[in-house]
Amino acid sequence: MQHYNMNLTLKVWKQKNGKTKGGFETYPVRNVSSEMSFLEMFDVLNEQLVSEGKEPIAFDHDCREGICGMCSMVINGRAHGPWSQNTTCQLHMRAYEDGDTITVEPWRADAFPVIKDLVVDRTGFDRIIQAGGFISVNTGNAQDANALPIDKQKADESFAAASCIGCGACVAACPNASAMLFVSAKVSHLALLPQGEPERMTRAFNMVNQMDTEGFGSCTNIGACEAECPKGISLENIARLNREYIGSMLSGSKVEGMA
Amino acid sequence: MSLTGLFLITFLIVHCYINAQIFYNDGGARFTEAAHFMGTNFLIRTVEIGLMGFLLLHVIQGLALWSKNRSRRTNRYAVNAGSATSPWYSRSMALLGTLILLFLIMHLSKFWAPNRFSQITGNGEKDLYHMMKEEFQTAWVVGVYIFGCISLGWHLVHGFYSAFQTLGLGTSRYKGLIKTTGIAFSIIVPLIFIAMPVAFFMNWLA
Repeated sequence: MQHYNMNLTLKVWKQKNGKTKGGFETYPVRNVSSEMSFLEMFDVLNEQLVSEGKEPIAFDHDCREGICGMCSMVINGRAHGPWSQNTTCQLHMRAYEDGDTITVEPWRADAFPVIKDLVVDRTGFDRIIQAGGFISVNTGNAQDANALPIDKQKADESFAAASCIGCGACVAACPNASAMLFVSAKVSHLALLPQGEPERMTRAFNMVNQMDTEGFGSCTNIGACEAECPKGISLENIARLNREYIGSMLSGSKVEGMA
Repeated sequence: MSLTGLFLITFLIVHCYINAQIFYNDGGARFTEAAHFMGTNFLIRTVEIGLMGFLLLHVIQGLALWSKNRSRRTNRYAVNAGSATSPWYSRSMALLGTLILLFLIMHLSKFWAPNRFSQITGNGEKDLYHMMKEEFQTAWVVGVYIFGCISLGWHLVHGFYSAFQTLGLGTSRYKGLIKTTGIAFSIIVPLIFIAMPVAFFMNWLA
């Protein structure tokens, strides 16, 4: 792949905190290498801003290798940018050309309030996990590895669901700001395994309940979440969540606040 | 949304089947016979009350869902992904539904309401076949019917699949079957409905 440098115009959402109204700021960025990642380009811009005595842009990031789920930018309307099954930190500048204007916004959902600039508060996801995304395990010696036989296909499906990194791109991409894909991945990953059985009849109900309490929207099966998910979590998980939820309802065991 | 939607889909099949009787081109004899059964059978009339109830429930649920979901993102995006991540009709169910509702108000006030009114006031059933024949001589009425049926088709493309997905049936085994059946249904049923006013307008039917 040919290496090239480019000059870009960035329109970035700036917001002092959750209480103030934000707005777009325009920044020119020069000599951006096509081999930089999107976040490295932001590092360059921020160093430039610091050297000019201006305030740098706040953005979330951690591992920068696509596995932690911290980076969260809506780039030209696309959560994590234009590449499919990709996180912002793994998006490279070769996706752009000289002279491009790029609009960068935070995840927008009332359940994800802006903390500063592009940083949003995603602790709503933690509270959903606390409501049911766990299993009860006895302490003591580790069990023999193959003591519990698990169907290969179920193990694979569970593993695929467990690859959700909880970044919130599904919420950001959903026109309804629904967290169904996230909740469905977390419910699926436990519901498919025998270890998830003890809480199974209450898990889906409690997690969906918490999702509603947090102020996420309702799923209308649009599918934008699946299209934007950096880990390729499938809508089949939402179908499974719906089955688990119906099962939860029919079982009649509504245990609130198990955590 | 899912259960009321599936009920309305079932109704569409019955409605489509009964009205397609006009294509026998027998001056409306078979159609009138079927319409008479539907208009006078006690069981059908009871289900009709349920149908109106479910239709109303579907509209109320839909509008409530739309307004609730809209309120979940107070600050909207400056740039939207649009069709890059989802088809337009899946994002436009409330709009398509409203178009269908407006069409239904016109449709029911043309045929269903006058017929039932005539029955209740003791004047017997109306001759629906000739009412259709007369109504569908006007070009704009035919135009509105075509537009209404196209809206219905797009609404069904998403609605059919979505109803099953909500019930948890969108698994890898059934998803393809549901989507294909849904698309076929959304094309065939509205097309048969469109063929009715068009056939009268073009004077294909006696």
